[in-house]
Amino acid sequence: MSLTLEQVRRVAHLARIEVSDAEAQATLGHLNGIFTLIEAMQAVDTRGVEPMAHAQDLAQRLRTDQVTEIDRRDAFQAIAPETEKGLYLVPQVME
Amino acid sequence: MITRSVSELSQALASREISSVELTQLYLERIARHNPQINAFITVAPEKSLAQAKAADALRAAGQATPLTGIPLAQKDIFCTKGWLTTCGSRMLGNFVSPYDAKVIEQFNAAGAVILGKTNMDEFAMGSSNETSYYGAVKNPWDLSRVPGGSSGGSAAAVAALLAPAATGTDTGGSIRQPAALCNLTGLKPTYGVVSRYGMIAFASSLDQAGPMAHSAQDCALLLNTMAGFDERDSTSLDRPPEDYSRELSTNAGGKPLAGLRIGLPREFFGEAERSGCSPEVMQLVDAAIAQYRELGAELVDISLPNMKLSVPAYYVIAPAEASSNLSRFDGVRYGYRAPDYDDLNDMYAKSRAQGFGAEVKRRILIGAYVLSHGYYDAYYLQAQRIRRLIANDFVAAFKVCDVILGPTSPSTAFKLGERAADPVQMYLSDIYTIAVNLAGLPGMSIPCGFASGLPAGLQLIGDYFSEAKLLNVAHRYQQASTWHQQRPQAVD
Repeated sequence: MSLTLEQVRRVAHLARIEVSDAEAQATLGHLNGIFTLIEAMQAVDTRGVEPMAHAQDLAQRLRTDQVTEIDRRDAFQAIAPETEKGLYLVPQVME
Repeated sequence: MITRSVSELSQALASREISSVELTQLYLERIARHNPQINAFITVAPEKSLAQAKAADALRAAGQATPLTGIPLAQKDIFCTKGWLTTCGSRMLGNFVSPYDAKVIEQFNAAGAVILGKTNMDEFAMGSSNETSYYGAVKNPWDLSRVPGGSSGGSAAAVAALLAPAATGTDTGGSIRQPAALCNLTGLKPTYGVVSRYGMIAFASSLDQAGPMAHSAQDCALLLNTMAGFDERDSTSLDRPPEDYSRELSTNAGGKPLAGLRIGLPREFFGEAERSGCSPEVMQLVDAAIAQYRELGAELVDISLPNMKLSVPAYYVIAPAEASSNLSRFDGVRYGYRAPDYDDLNDMYAKSRAQGFGAEVKRRILIGAYVLSHGYYDAYYLQAQRIRRLIANDFVAAFKVCDVILGPTSPSTAFKLGERAADPVQMYLSDIYTIAVNLAGLPGMSIPCGFASGLPAGLQLIGDYFSEAKLLNVAHRYQQASTWHQQRPQAVD
């Protein structure tokens, strides 16, 4: 299979990455090369094989319902691009 | 002093032959002299390092020293380090001074080790040459026109050039083992879950694992003793009793120290036709290492890992899929890079991410977003996870008839800077021997096994789950019988 320029643009939009026309074109070539490599997988018969998400088949651990984090809002917001009164500022989304 | 091993330095500190402040100063001076050329470190902060060294000396004076107290170490810039710039090799985190420590950093701090600096790396650990770093390529100390490997290329170059006695790395598809091979080091990727991922900036969470890089198996064992351990804050951390990873190294085992050890040689590496996948020069060195292992008492077993060839395709679905999800957190809102000009919220995300990420990271995010998107999930992601199971099952079968698996770490020695940068697929194939180990979650090592045209080559040792102590011993016995790991590059004096 081979991707189209339109698909590259759609995926870039889904991933929230702006791409110029020139970049989309170059990316298309690279992605098609990579997908040619990936296609080798498709010929393999995996019927009945259980997908493996993690190396160790673990059950999710539970912990006691207890507050373990301390309030470090100031430290974390000190490195934010823009904050005001303890809130993160982003461009207005509603008129 | 700088040619000594970590354990020798530990003894020198214990006997008061040198103080941690003096030792740290020594390495900082070497960094100041050589780093402009090698570019192994992104950040050094001598005042912070020396303050830690001073505190380490005080701990020792108070009789509270551990084996790593006062030992200066280089930390890969993927580990969040409180008060230190932590970039992960990306412009996206070019202003990120971490407000907290990764578990690995906490452990080294608790042991009294000194942070010499944060090492360069491929951006978000995505690369095999260290050329994708926003902070510039790293040069291989064995030949400054060549790559050190990646993604832990800065850590590898720092240790090879004796700018640090040892370093940390992380390995998602070979990022500890391949640069160790290309820079003549010993590197260990532990079993998935042995070292906490807390505060280690995530690339592909089901594959990422941190480990040590040093000049010998002995030093790697010493570092792993500090790095390993259960951590509540990493949901995949394994709750196991603590181990002394150097426990097998000190015994005197006589002339045939590996008698009874069964070494598996996969047909997929060593078959007559398959050998051509590796450079003949490297294969010759691997063959010589196998002969050496026979002399040490090991027996060789023919094994097969039939799904090995599918590891690269499966990896390039699973790793980008997890990366696209992990890296969605970088949106220019809470920390990291925000584009200076934008129209609205969506535009701010799209521009911040377009400007903050480099080309390779964007490629992988796009692959990941595509294989996870509606209509493709089953064909790609689920299929890759099923193949992952087949690959892991191959290893389970192999370890019924052998104790360790041996092969090359990388199909070639260090390549020229820029040689493969334009062709991602060519670059991905450099990891052909290492990727399956991550998919299966097994421990793997690379150790020096000789030189081809003046460039180091690596021998890979793969063990069963939780067999780190055994792997380290298998590496150590070879290092007792060889001097490859003691060779140092001439280019950096």
